[in-house]
Amino acid sequence: MADGFVLTPAEWGIVGLSLRVGAVAMLITLPIAFGFAWLLARVRFPGRILVDAVIHLPLVVPPVVTGWLLLLAFAPNGPVGGWLQSWFGVSVLFRWTGAAIAAGVMALPLMVRAMRLSIEAVDARLESAARTLGAGPWRVFWTVTLPLSVPGVLAGAVLGFARSIGEFGATITFVSNVPGETQTLPLAIYSALQQPGAEMLVWRLSAISVALSLIALVASELLTRRAGRGLHVL
Amino acid sequence: MSFEIDVRKRLGDAEVALTLAAGDGATVLFGPSGVGKTSILKMVAGLLTPDQGRIVVDGVTLFGEGVNLPPEHRRAGYVFQEARLFPHLKVRANLLYGAGRDTSGFEERIGFLGIAHLLDRWPRSLSGGEAQRVAIGRALLSNPRFLLLDEPLASLDRPRREEIVRAIEHLRDAMRLPILMVTHDPDEAARIGTRVVRM
Repeated sequence: MADGFVLTPAEWGIVGLSLRVGAVAMLITLPIAFGFAWLLARVRFPGRILVDAVIHLPLVVPPVVTGWLLLLAFAPNGPVGGWLQSWFGVSVLFRWTGAAIAAGVMALPLMVRAMRLSIEAVDARLESAARTLGAGPWRVFWTVTLPLSVPGVLAGAVLGFARSIGEFGATITFVSNVPGETQTLPLAIYSALQQPGAEMLVWRLSAISVALSLIALVASELLTRRAGRGLHVL
Repeated sequence: MSFEIDVRKRLGDAEVALTLAAGDGATVLFGPSGVGKTSILKMVAGLLTPDQGRIVVDGVTLFGEGVNLPPEHRRAGYVFQEARLFPHLKVRANLLYGAGRDTSGFEERIGFLGIAHLLDRWPRSLSGGEAQRVAIGRALLSNPRFLLLDEPLASLDRPRREEIVRAIEHLRDAMRLPILMVTHDPDEAARIGTRVVRM
């Protein structure tokens, strides 16, 4: 164990794994979250409230329940796990990919919320102006809605990334606490807390967690402000 | 006939209805705020669906008899009350948004608007009059079959109004585009309208 504030290679490994899990979780969830955000912001359909509620479930359900449901779904004989096994011969159990899936699911509601707000803030009158100029719905989406909501979408992505790095309950239930594979920052802190004499390790890893979260929150806030400015309409 | 309109639409507690058959030139819908003039323009543009009726412009049925063309196929040059320029595109890209692939000589086609010096500017840096002229240019360059003008002078001060009025007269007399315009100002209605329809 290292002294003071110098990280050992193993601790750098934990940080690297956390960043990788967070990045992959965010990248996988980004298009899904944007799709839901657009749907909820711009389309009126029956069952909209239900879809909205289901997306928000991971925010309020105990994370251990979310992790257990993921375990059921991705187990070798589960609906998704069986399919992954037979088509690709892979399993995400006890793997960092599973940790990314858990983190992504937990980050989904936060990302949808941020992106939905930014899409709703895009003036629908600009979209109808584009329609009268000969643009079909897809062109309007790519040339007006998406570019004008980009800052908010990025803010949501950064927020999702930060949330993913902090994910604990669903991850430990779903893919356990395997050093070097699924042991991200919060899980490593949890392990260190069980271990006598590891107070300095807890301090260092906690400081890194706080610093990463702070950076992400500031970045997200700056992007959100930029979104507000970018939407100025004459 | 340029415009043959016979529509009916319930909006909340109010009902908007209009029957109109208008020939060449500029047809002005004149009346106080809140009688549904803008709703009529939206219905002609395809942004609002009438409960019943028909809309025919220059012989082409846009709505009615089982037809309901989407806005992007109606070829309306719609100039809104606020310019509605795309804030993330410079003036040039705004002008060419609906222009299709052949953009050669677009500057000459809108030369009468006097906006050639604004092409590299962002919409937020334009004055109200400049923005409205860019909006007119953008509508014209989308190759419209007809124009819909919604209080195009409302957001402008007096001296700016004169430039836009001249531009509209040019569209009416030189380009001979059928125009359907909405206003609540009697002077504007009298000056621009080939005929004035009270609502």
